[in-house]
Parts: sequence; structure tokens; C-alpha cells
Amino acid sequence: MITRFLWQGMDRNLRLFILLVLAIGILLPLSNQLLPVGSAFRAPSWVLQLVGKYLCYASLALAVDLVWGFCGILTLGHAAFFALGGYCMGMYLMRQIGTRGVYGNPLLPDFMVFLGYKELPWFWHGFDHFWFAAVMIVLVPSLLALALGWFAFRSRVTGVYLSIITQAMTFALLLAFFRNDMGLGGNNGMTDFKDILGFSVQSDTTRAMLCFTSALVLAIFLVIAAAVVGSRFGKALTAVRDAESRMRFLGYRVEGYKLFVFVLSAAMAGIAGALYVPQVGIINPSEFAPGNSIEAVLWVAVGGRGTLIGPVIGAFIVNFGKTYLTGALPEVWLFALGALFIVVTLLLPKGVVGLWNQLNSRSRERRARAVA
Amino acid sequence: MFSSRPIVVLLSTLASLLLAGGAFAADLATLVANLTLGGFSERETAITALATSGEARAAPILEALAAGQLYVRTSDKLVVIGKTDGNRLALSEAITGKAAGSAVEADLERVRVNNRLRGTIEAAVGSLTLMSPSPKVRLDAAEALFKRRDSTALAALDLALAAEKDQRIKRSMSEARAAIVLTTPESTPAQKLEAIALVRERADRDSLSVLRAAASSSEGEVKAAATAGAGAIEQTLGAWQAAQNVWYGISLGSVLLLAAIGLAITFGTMGVINMAHGEMVMLGAYTTFVVQDVIRTSAPHLFDVSLLIALPLAFVVAGAIGILIERTIIRFLYGRPLDTLLATWGLSLVLQQAVRSIFGSSNREVGAPSWMSGTFQLGQLNITYGRLWIVVFSLIVFAALILLLRRTSLGLYMRAVTQNRPMASAMGIRTPRVDALTFGLGSGIAGLAGVALSQIDNVSPNLGQGYIIDSFMVVVFGGVGNLFGTLIGALTLGVVNKFLEPYAGAVLGKILVLVFIILFIQRRPRGLFALKGRSVE
Repeated sequence: MITRFLWQGMDRNLRLFILLVLAIGILLPLSNQLLPVGSAFRAPSWVLQLVGKYLCYASLALAVDLVWGFCGILTLGHAAFFALGGYCMGMYLMRQIGTRGVYGNPLLPDFMVFLGYKELPWFWHGFDHFWFAAVMIVLVPSLLALALGWFAFRSRVTGVYLSIITQAMTFALLLAFFRNDMGLGGNNGMTDFKDILGFSVQSDTTRAMLCFTSALVLAIFLVIAAAVVGSRFGKALTAVRDAESRMRFLGYRVEGYKLFVFVLSAAMAGIAGALYVPQVGIINPSEFAPGNSIEAVLWVAVGGRGTLIGPVIGAFIVNFGKTYLTGALPEVWLFALGALFIVVTLLLPKGVVGLWNQLNSRSRERRARAVA
Repeated sequence: MFSSRPIVVLLSTLASLLLAGGAFAADLATLVANLTLGGFSERETAITALATSGEARAAPILEALAAGQLYVRTSDKLVVIGKTDGNRLALSEAITGKAAGSAVEADLERVRVNNRLRGTIEAAVGSLTLMSPSPKVRLDAAEALFKRRDSTALAALDLALAAEKDQRIKRSMSEARAAIVLTTPESTPAQKLEAIALVRERADRDSLSVLRAAASSSEGEVKAAATAGAGAIEQTLGAWQAAQNVWYGISLGSVLLLAAIGLAITFGTMGVINMAHGEMVMLGAYTTFVVQDVIRTSAPHLFDVSLLIALPLAFVVAGAIGILIERTIIRFLYGRPLDTLLATWGLSLVLQQAVRSIFGSSNREVGAPSWMSGTFQLGQLNITYGRLWIVVFSLIVFAALILLLRRTSLGLYMRAVTQNRPMASAMGIRTPRVDALTFGLGSGIAGLAGVALSQIDNVSPNLGQGYIIDSFMVVVFGGVGNLFGTLIGALTLGVVNKFLEPYAGAVLGKILVLVFIILFIQRRPRGLFALKGRSVE
């Protein structure tokens, strides 16, 4: 029954799209693992790593779209939830290093030995276990979102003001995580990971698995998002976006709707961040930089806010452009990114997906006219 | 350490001072010649004799002796002062101060001193300067003596005190005397109590250490008085420290005000979230750099007015770019504040990269004109001129802006369009033109801020990014659409930040301020001074 409920929440395009995501997530790793090296159809490991990274970004974009596109909350701090999830995963990975660090200390990670820590800070306990880290990956971003959202939505902080306080939040976290006293690696963050669940993070098999997991998680997020958006709850959410005061007058508890979707979105961002860290092999405070959150908003805007496919497409387009341009023409990249921001907000308010729909409907009209 | 110095120095200084100007005042040449003869103990007597001669040349000669720059020329036995000049020594006659050519060190014989003699010289020069005809030198000598608390100088001090006419110097000398009395074991308790009262009134860091030392080395009534005095001084100093923190806070607040005030116009009155505001500040700073660069190469004598030249230019450059932005981008986005946020963020990236491409990504050197460097003391406050000017400048900009908005027709139009656009348009105000000018004004003020900030921050393409979040915090905290709110908000945040810093450290202090603002916005979502009425929604 639940599957039927989930299935009905999606239209045909979305179903196809989810299948496409899964196909990429299965075929790329399989080709890497099964085909011999040198085969034309074999995806090299760096492609797996790149696609895995993009898939995590796409999950983050979807999380941003859920609050911005469907509920009208422009968050400029979602990268903070992403980074918090990443830090939880990073802490787990640090604990897996054991005595293989530079200092070979069985109890403390390298940076703590370096900074003269005598014992493990209290909040590191438990991160030896994957299940604990997994719980924290969801819990830490959710709780932060719950606290911030509960305060903010209850006092009806909306629009620009909410954007600014989310930005202040991520900025404060950026500053906090830069401090060595935080016990989280300070400026350098955490890196030199060895194992995840007993498999080496460097090996191709692990890469393939991570890439597949990222695709699977994105597919699951798409299904969840579709279910949320397609339900009665989702209708109310969209109504809150379009006419908040009217919903309030009609007797809806607007805060509850916003809070739910905000926390859900933060948890999604956290999971995406956790998958991101083992694939890039490092987590440091720069992930909290306000610019990152704003870039995530751009992915949504480029793809098309208020659609579920849009953010995924946007994340892929922008990040592919970033990878290509920062390699080929580094000085052009910021011009291109900046111009993209301007062009999208001025000319493509509905993003690529909106453009596609527009072109489609226009050609359909033309066809209809031709028939008539 | 001074107590270990032989009492003979004290006695000889005393004796010769008493006889100064009398029969012992042999002519300078003999005195100087005596310096170069004999062993260290004879030299000590000669130093004292020279010091008490009252000759104007005595001080430079003694200083040269202490620095090891006094020589006897082997060829003609002339006593000279030699200053290193490349490989050779530039010579001047010790007695007349006239230049005497140059020589290599091998042709000279250095007049040697040891550490004990250096001490004697220091004391001798100290007493010499106490009697100097220049009031400033006398005052400095008394102040130095207060810090050194050199008991050997007591006799010289007494003499100088008797001869002193200037009240201020006299006071300083008696304070120095009191400090010395407190460190001398022979002084009577009554003398010490009197001295404590005198030192206590001085109430600065040095007098605190004098009283603390006195409290730990004495007993009974004196100890109690010294402890009480130290306590009182500590309190005064605490108050001064607080005042210093307030000043730092105001200084930081004025920087925030400068950065935020342009934003208060574009964001506060137009509802446009200009994320490129920081880049306007940066453009102002780079304008300053270019102006200084041109001045350095073509008109170095104008360097001191370079900032004054840069101010109007920065206003025009940033303002023109602001108007351009408004006409090409912002005007399509009115009523969609979140979209302006994204578009202007993109714009900020473009501007940063453009500046990086033109000027390079490294920091650019912007110099301070002479009237902006240096510090002065106000009571116990240390105030740098640069900071003072920035505070003054930010207040001038603020006042000018208020006047512009309240007293000019442009200001009237701006307020009208802000409050009710359709009505203003119906009354014949060309709202698009007013929008462009308002945005240009906000950007131009950011450019002015850039000129000021170029003096205290690194001029790099990232300059603006460091201010944008702070500026938004200030505007939101103070209350959007209210310029006085911005003023109060900036100063409050500046002062709070500086008061948190000593306890929490700079970074944690800033984090606490951010958290405070986040919580504050929950309490008062529209800021400290919220606009009321229909225009709010």
C-alpha cells in the first residue's frame, strides 16, 4: 500500500527520471568493475568519483528545492547541514584509522596528538561505531534545523530575514569549526581516511559502491520528496509558499508545515554530506562558507525551482561546468558562474526544466494549430 | 639592582652638584680630557664632574661614551665622537660638535666603559637633563626617573625640584621623588605615607607597580596605605580599560557603520538585497589604490591629500557602477527580493573576478597619509589618528546622508517612492530615475567606505566579502528602513564585540555576536527600531 502511495505521487517523467538515476548508479560502477581495463565502455575510477560527487550535490540541491521551491523558504545555510553530516562521517572515518596515523596513537587521531590533546573529547565517543555515526549524520543536522526553525518560524521570521539568519548560522559555524579548540581538526579539518566499514576508501570497489549508494540515496530522496510534495501535506506546503497569511487565516498551523519540511530537508542534506566525504577524502571548515550554500541555491535555480527533476539537472549542469572550466579556463569560471546567476534570475526564472516545458508546450500548440 | 650601586656615586654626585657652578667647574676641555685618562674609577669621577659642569655639550658626550662612540684620535689625541658610516666612522669633535672628517677604527682608540660606568652615566645624564633649559627634556627626565626609581638620583632631583618653576614639571618631579622615597629603605613611615598619597593621585600603570612594590616591601600603616592606594588605582585603571574598550568598540562600530550605511539605503529603503555591496566597497578601495599609484609616479607631493582626491572619485566610480547595475539588472527584479539576492551574488563574483584579472589577486599596498598615522594619549586612552579619522568620517557621512534624505528634493522623492510607489508616480515623480539614483547613492557611499577601509584592511579582491555578512547583520539588527537604527546597531555591535573579545577571544566573540543576532531576530523580527504601519508588509 505504501509503495502504491509512493508510486502515485509521481508522474511519468519523474518515474523515468528516477530509473535513469538508478541506471547511472548501477551501470557506471558495474562497467568499472566488470569490464577489463582499456575497454572503451569501462568508466574510469575518476569518473565514478566525479559522478558520485555530483550525485551528492544533486541530493543537496533536492533538499534545498524542497524548502525553497515548495515552501518558499530561501535558505542560505543548507551547506551547513551538508557539512555537519560530512563532519559526522569524517569523525567515524577518523576513528577507523586506528594506529595507522602518522603518530600511530591508538587512542587519538593525528591532529589531536599534534595539538596536545590528552584524551578524546566527549563528543567523539561512539563514533567508533558506524551505526552511531549513521544516527548522528541524520540527528545532528536535524536537531540544528529543528532548533533554528522552531525559533524562527514561531516568531514568523520570513523571507529575507530568514535567509539572513540562515546565512549567519553557517557563517558562525564556519568560524567555530576553524577554531582548533573545537576538537574537530580546526583549519585543516579531517583527511587521510583509510577504511569505511572495513573496506579501503581508496579502492575502486569501494568507489563503485559509494557511487552506487549515492545514486540509490538520490533515488530514494526523489521518491520521498515526490511523496511529500504530492500528498495533501504537500499541497498545503505549496499554499504556504504562495499565500502564507491566507493559510494562517484558514486555520493551518503554518509553523508546523515549515518546520517539518525544513528538518526533513536538513536531514537529507546531512546524509548527502556524509556520502560526499568518503568520496572526496576530506572535510574541512570551508564547506561551511556562505558561498557554498548560495551556490547550492543556484543549482536549484538553474534546474528549475519547484520541480523535483530540476535541482538534480541543475546540480549536474553547474558542477560539470565548474569541473570543466576550473580545469580548462580557471579565470573564466567565476565570470561564468556569476553570469549564470544573473542570466537565470533574469531570463530563466523557471530554470532549464521550465524552459523545456515552455518549448514543449509551444511546439504542441503549433502542432495543434497545424492540425486545425 | 640600583641599590647595589656603590654609595660613592651618590655622594660624589651630591658633592659636585652642591658645588656646581663654583670653583670645581673647570673648563670643558679639561673635563673631557679627564674622561679619557686613567682607570675606570678615575673615569667615574670624571663623568660625575662633567655631569655637574652644567655644560650643554656634556649630555651628548656622555651619551656617546655610554654607547661606545667616544674615541681618541691616535694622530693628534683629539677626543672625537664617531658614528658608523659605511666602513668608516664619521667623526665630530667632542667638545665643539664640529665635523672632523672620518677615519677607520684602527686609527682611533675607543674610550672604554664597563656596565658599572654605564649605570653612572645613565644617572649622570638623568640629573643633567633634570636641569636642562628645555621644559620638555626636564619633563621627560622626571617621567623616566619615575619609571626607573633610581635612588642615586634623589639628591639631583631635590636640587632640580627646588629650582623648578613650571608647576606641571614640578608635580612630575615630586611624583618621581615620592616613588624613589618609597623604594628607599631609609625613608621614615611618615615620608612614605606622604609619598603614597602623591603616587596614588597619579593613577596609571606605573604608579600601580610602584604602590604594589611598596605594599609588598613594607609593613603596618604604610602597607595598608599602599594596598589601599593600589586598589584605588586598579579601579581607576579598570574604568580606563573599559573606556578603551568602548573606544575600540566605537572604532569597530564606525567601520561597520560605513560598510552598512549604503546597504541600509539599498536594502532598507528599496528592499533590494545587494550582495554585491561589499564589492562596491572593494571598488572604492581600489580607486584609492589607483589614485595613490598615480600620485606616487607623477606628483609625490600630493600624497598627503591622496585620500581627499580618492573620496569623490570612489563615490563616482562606485555610484556609476551602481546605477549601471540598477538599470541593467535590478530594475527587472523589483518585488522579488530573493531573486535580487541571487543575481547580485552572481554580480559580486563577476566583479571580484574582474578586479582579480585587472589588478591581480595579491594584496595591494595603500599608504596612510602623514596626518593619519601616529597615536596620541587621552588620559590613559591610546588613540590612533587613523581610527579617529575613520570614526569622524563615518559620522560625517552619516550626517550628510541624513541631511540629503531630509532636506533635499531628491531625498524627498526617495522617501516618497519608498513609502508609496504608485502614489509617488501619480504625483509626477519619475520613479525609475529615483530608483537608479537611490541605488547609485547607496553604492557611492559604499565606495566612500572603501576609501576609509583601505586604510585598515588589506586591499584585495576579497575585501568586500568580509563585510557583507556583518553589514546585513547591522542593518537587520538596527531595523530595516531606519538609518538611525543602523547607526545604533553598528555602534552596539561594535562595542559588544570588543567587550566580548577579552573574555571569549576574537573568533568566539564574533560567533557569540552572530548567535546573539540570530536570537535577537527571533524576539524582534523587524530589528531594534522597526518601522510600523502599512509600508512594512
